[in-house]
Amino acid sequence: MSRVDKSMSLAGGPPVAMKTGQKIGTLLGLFGLGILTLATFNVSLPNQGLWLSLALLSIGVGILVYSKSLYKDTLPGIKNHGVWLKSISNRGFWAWVAGISLTGFYIVLYFFAELLGQGSGGAENTGLIGLFDPLSYALKGQPASQWFVYGTLYTLAILAFGIKFIWKYRHNTYEKIRTGSVMFFQTVFAFLIPEIMARLNGDLPYYDLKNVWPLNYYLFDQWNVDALLINGSFGLTLLIWGIASILVITPILTYRYGKRWYCSWVCGCGGLAETAGDSFRQLSDKSRMAWRVERWVVHSVLVFAVVTTTGVIHSYLGDGSKYWFSQSTFLISVGVVLTLIFGLIWKYKRHELKKDARYGAIGYLVIILALIGLHFSSTTNTLLLFQTHEVRSTYGFLIGSVFSGVIGTGFYPIFGNRVWCRMGCPMAAILGLQQRLFSKFRITTNGGQCISCGNCSTYCEMGIDVRAYAQKGANIVRASCVGCGICSAVCPRGVLKLENADTKGRINSKDVLLGNDVDLMALVNQK
Amino acid sequence: MEHIVIIGNGISGITTARHVRKLSDNKITVISAETDHFFSRTALMYIYMGHMKYEHTKPYEDWFWKENRIELKRGFVESVDTANKSLQFADGSSLNYDKLVLATGSKPNKFGWPGQDLQGVQGLYSKQDLDLLEVNAPNKEVCKRAVIVGGGLIGIELAEMLSTRGIPVTFLVREDSFWNGVLPNVESAMINRHIKNHHIDLRLASNLKEILSDEHGRARAVVIEETGEELACDLVGLTAGVSPNIDFLKDSGIELGRGIKVNRLLETSAKNVYAIGDCAEQREAIGNRRPIEAVWYTGRMMGEALAQTLCGNPTEYKPGHWFNSAKFFDIEYQTYGWVFSERNKKDYEQHFHWAHQDDTKCITVAYHKDSRLFLGINTFGIRMRHEVFDRWLTEARDVDYVMANLKQANFDPEFFAHFENSINQAFANQLQTA
Repeated sequence: MSRVDKSMSLAGGPPVAMKTGQKIGTLLGLFGLGILTLATFNVSLPNQGLWLSLALLSIGVGILVYSKSLYKDTLPGIKNHGVWLKSISNRGFWAWVAGISLTGFYIVLYFFAELLGQGSGGAENTGLIGLFDPLSYALKGQPASQWFVYGTLYTLAILAFGIKFIWKYRHNTYEKIRTGSVMFFQTVFAFLIPEIMARLNGDLPYYDLKNVWPLNYYLFDQWNVDALLINGSFGLTLLIWGIASILVITPILTYRYGKRWYCSWVCGCGGLAETAGDSFRQLSDKSRMAWRVERWVVHSVLVFAVVTTTGVIHSYLGDGSKYWFSQSTFLISVGVVLTLIFGLIWKYKRHELKKDARYGAIGYLVIILALIGLHFSSTTNTLLLFQTHEVRSTYGFLIGSVFSGVIGTGFYPIFGNRVWCRMGCPMAAILGLQQRLFSKFRITTNGGQCISCGNCSTYCEMGIDVRAYAQKGANIVRASCVGCGICSAVCPRGVLKLENADTKGRINSKDVLLGNDVDLMALVNQK
Repeated sequence: MEHIVIIGNGISGITTARHVRKLSDNKITVISAETDHFFSRTALMYIYMGHMKYEHTKPYEDWFWKENRIELKRGFVESVDTANKSLQFADGSSLNYDKLVLATGSKPNKFGWPGQDLQGVQGLYSKQDLDLLEVNAPNKEVCKRAVIVGGGLIGIELAEMLSTRGIPVTFLVREDSFWNGVLPNVESAMINRHIKNHHIDLRLASNLKEILSDEHGRARAVVIEETGEELACDLVGLTAGVSPNIDFLKDSGIELGRGIKVNRLLETSAKNVYAIGDCAEQREAIGNRRPIEAVWYTGRMMGEALAQTLCGNPTEYKPGHWFNSAKFFDIEYQTYGWVFSERNKKDYEQHFHWAHQDDTKCITVAYHKDSRLFLGINTFGIRMRHEVFDRWLTEARDVDYVMANLKQANFDPEFFAHFENSINQAFANQLQTA
């Protein structure tokens, strides 16, 4: 017998019908979206500033009114009632409608911006993008672009759904602070600072200080580096910041706090996933098969990102007259850094990683071979047999656009809210390696209190089978864990706790759990 | 290689099967009449509430059983022939074993109430019960009111379940305060208030007299013994405890009490037949424990111990310090060691109690009033670390040590407010006034 709601109601039907407040919220939100839609179809709206404010305000306030109505009569506590009974959160009709609409939006945004009214060749913006001109002029004194429109809506979504999330988890201080953090970093670092920097310094490319290579895959592209460098010492500082971010800051913070400091506290992709995507976290695939696929895909993306970035930098470095580095010095230093990292891992972590160490060796080998190939390739523009820039743009297209946007976000209602982070993000892969290999972070389990209910696994957005560890009393140390803390929050028995502590004994496994005869525990657990 | 047959695919039976596989190459067959695969019974409530689907409650993916050579058989065992070491199934087939493990769990209690077998009257224990609930109470239109009889852990879970679908619930509790046979009065009173805050019509000191039928044999109302009040309802949930599910063993010759009698090796009176989990009854109670422990954790622990015995390493069931946990709507409860209610507590057991003003957090620490030995703790709304309390109990710490080091035991998520200072202040005040 199916318990799934087959009605077309947006957020309820049995067992929970919409309350008046929810209806008003939906109306407001759709009104705001309606204005944006009208603008998209070039309906001329006089006084754009007013209409834009009205649209954004309606959407934001609509979400808040809806959330308030949803949670105001409830006591603080877990709010997952009916999640699997509703069409929108159980891959039902409305999930597909939402998924297809979002995907369509992303396709237009990435590939057909002119449909949104992007003026090209000096022509004025029209349509939706034109509607955002007043805000763009106010912030940076330039007309809007498709990315400005996207950034504004993105920030609005994180802010409004962030407040909804805080309401939902108002009993959980960790969740409240963490969500405040992603809201802050999105608004200030991804939205305000870059636009204001652009205003102060017209030539400066958009630079989101918290967006670290290789997530920011074009950071070391020639056009970006040159654009930074022509801005003198300020641009140079930004470039150095970019390099330090990945080589120094990232490892230190991940060592101390796990990759969560980035993925669920700072990152914009994570920010959207945790707020607007929260209603879909239960949809991630937890099967062993998914885990196997995930590990190959995400690490392949990382290898690919390293090779293509190296190739791109190599191609424009030349003989050392324009930049400090010559091609050969660059290749040798990349090779040395990678060899050093790989050697250290092999020496200290080989036994802990077992089979995975061999996979790591394969990845390493691919990169080194690619470097050698680069060095001996006759012209500077080829990477083995491929044109570097073609590989580069294919990467940008496949990973940067299709994966992160179209599939990653567009398919939230079908695959869950962290598909991109799990399968496609090279940054997540690097942080994951760090987290798995040398971090103080782990999720500890509480003795023998687990009842194997499965709430933790179900609500893990990264598809980790948390329960498999919890019911063994084993710490959870997984490369993919973003430390969102929801497993701990939804556990009805207080079994899980996110902790940073001494790395000794971080990875443990137990066959017999606390509670039984001490002799039996010792007997069975001795390895 | 022996054939080990396990009846029951709950936590006890499955734990046994898994550990036998780790220790040996024996052939293992697990029989269940309930479901094809092991699922977490404790999670049934979350399926109805829409937090999870049935498939999410399965701790192991379906490939696990084949990969680990654990055969699963769906069938209902009608009788056990210990002389010929064979099982007879309801469909007429039979199966031979070398060693038999009985892990058949419980069934809901019925106390002979008039109307207890009407349609719309049910317990909540099995997957079938859950499916039935979906028929009896799919929403508030079909089920305009539900009455729950029995104030224990399943009762309050059922109340929470129904309330998530907007179904009005009347909760009849025999005791004058919720679960106060187990919980000290102050704690029990806090839970009473929490239940009411969730708009449950909690009726304390109220017994069921009878369930009235409509013309179709469906429950239409209940009558309350004390007041004679007649309450119209569409669902009657019977949650007055559970008892061992052992009817099929009546003619087996295996010695039965309320449950299947076992010794500390979990052996029954029949050779090569063992019993574990909810259905097992210790010949002599272990420490303060009850002879029948219908608790998830003890089922698991018995399974761990029995697997050793089955694989040639005779191991007594020796549970360590008592612990348990539950959740009452939004309030989590954990207990370590022994804290008895006023009704059951011994003369020497003294309680220190602390409550937070928000009325959702409190702790009770039990200690020996003369030796000040720490006996146990109940904690509500504050998570505590099992390992720490287990160690303190083993080390026989006194209450003053425990209170001074309480912070070590905290297991709340990061950034949560800490209450150790407030608790210790209250503890110091109590010492002064005592």
